Amino acid sequence: MTGFLVRRFAISIFVVLVVTLLVAWAVRLSGDPAVMLTGAGNVTAQDLANIRQGLGLDRPFYVQYLSFVGGMLTGDMGRSFMGGSSVARLVGHALPLTVLLTFVSLGLALLASIPLGVHAAVNRGRLADQAIRILSLVGLSFPNFWLALMLVLVFGVALGWLPPSGAEGPSSLVMPAVTIAVILTASTVRLVRTTMLETLSAQYIMVARAKGLREWVVLYRHALRNCAVPLITYIGLQFGGLIGGVVVVERVFNWPGMGSLAFDAVASRDYPVLQACVTVLAVMIVGINLAIDIGYGVIDPRMRNR
Amino acid sequence: MARRFRSLEFILGAALTLLVVVLALLTPWLFPDGGEAMDLSARLIAPGLNWAHPLGTDPIGRDLLARVVVGARVSLTVGVVSVAGGMVMGTLAGLFAGFYRGIWDMVLMRWADVQLALPFILVAITFTAILGADEWKMIGFMAITQWVQYARLIRSSVLTLREREFVQAAEAIGVRNIAILFRHILPNAIGPVVVLMTLNIANNILLESSLTFLGAGIDPMIPSWGGMLSDGRSYLQTAWWVGVFPGLAIMLTVLGLNLLGDWLRDFLDPNAKATS
Repeated sequence: MTGFLVRRFAISIFVVLVVTLLVAWAVRLSGDPAVMLTGAGNVTAQDLANIRQGLGLDRPFYVQYLSFVGGMLTGDMGRSFMGGSSVARLVGHALPLTVLLTFVSLGLALLASIPLGVHAAVNRGRLADQAIRILSLVGLSFPNFWLALMLVLVFGVALGWLPPSGAEGPSSLVMPAVTIAVILTASTVRLVRTTMLETLSAQYIMVARAKGLREWVVLYRHALRNCAVPLITYIGLQFGGLIGGVVVVERVFNWPGMGSLAFDAVASRDYPVLQACVTVLAVMIVGINLAIDIGYGVIDPRMRNR
Repeated sequence: MARRFRSLEFILGAALTLLVVVLALLTPWLFPDGGEAMDLSARLIAPGLNWAHPLGTDPIGRDLLARVVVGARVSLTVGVVSVAGGMVMGTLAGLFAGFYRGIWDMVLMRWADVQLALPFILVAITFTAILGADEWKMIGFMAITQWVQYARLIRSSVLTLREREFVQAAEAIGVRNIAILFRHILPNAIGPVVVLMTLNIANNILLESSLTFLGAGIDPMIPSWGGMLSDGRSYLQTAWWVGVFPGLAIMLTVLGLNLLGDWLRDFLDPNAKATS
């Protein structure tokens, strides 16, 4: 187990380094911020050169990259090209909102998909199972932003129950979180159902039932534990997609998280902000997967001795 | 019951997919104007009020039905071509990596880790900001992002297949490696790839609409579902239909493909059928 974790950790570091390198390279290709800053006004080539020097863009690429990585390690992410505020502060405001949205959605999705998946597996082939299967397929068949628009249409415009955008209090969290949770539930419920079906045919389940344990104890304490490993593996694999979904949904609801920050940064060629956004989100994805690798040992004692 | 449901999956999936494909192919005859005809005196007509515009009209008086049907062309092109590109790249890489192992195999797997850690939408938007957005760049970008999925899938099949007797027998009688790979291993490894392709076409149609909706995809001048929904967002308060019908079109198309993919998975893997 230790050797396995050390290897996973080394790979994670490597992945983050390559990702930062790619991002640093890509944002450099994305246009000249000096031109963006000055707009269409009449400026001389000398002015542009001065701006570039001021922003540190005249240095060779590897120097810029190293100073970026060094800065990330010490928590100094540089300054935004737009207005000069500290990138660390911008990220500090946006990241908690994204983390909040992501984990509330994830929690909602698990709360919905575990009972639904278990119910479908127990009633395999019956009407409830068919209905859950069809609904989960439908849930996988529309884009998240469209669901977001439809929720705004119904609950924001027609009924006026929830604020259609922004982040003012808990009511603003409801629609974005439900949007992401619905899509995530649709895919997770299928996995819970399949693994549950496999588990339920195991002998120890028969034993547990033969002992006369109540059905919900059999299902939720004995069977579910064995569904946990595939389930968290799946969530780890989906996490990149989940973050992608969060980014888009943030945009639709004007939720001021990392997604909104990144979109604004792309629009204004704000390299330091964009670079920080992609890096922080990639670190989050890699970190979650590493945490899951460690989590195997906690959930499944057999893994500890490997 | 289980069997009947499964064939229902197939019938519904095939019917929806066929409907969308046929409509997309027939658009030049059904809607010769390509959904572009404007009638500024007929802006934002609600659906059902006017026979000429059964689904209503958009903010500049274009027929929504025509635009929704024409929009299928872009979605299908992006979905199918990007998946075909990714599949060819990934299959070749996976075949060689799984068969020859060694350093390239390791490079491939680590590269897959890197790609899986990148938030696709964000990277896609960064790249469209750099290169500008059009259909073909988006297709290329999706293919480059997704080829690792096929490479991983094929690689894992190759790893087990190359130990099988029929492959070792072929090796023993001196069949060339290329022939072993393409004639003996590939046909046995292609099943799951076909399933992944079906589901990825569905997925890429969703991605295309997301990117276009965010303004980082298809040119807004070309009728596309994502672009129409982006109009729909601005008119949510006053004209719900502009934001509803293109979304329904996406949903029916993707649902058809998902149903087909699901059916195909069970069809190709009788083992999974037993447990599901």
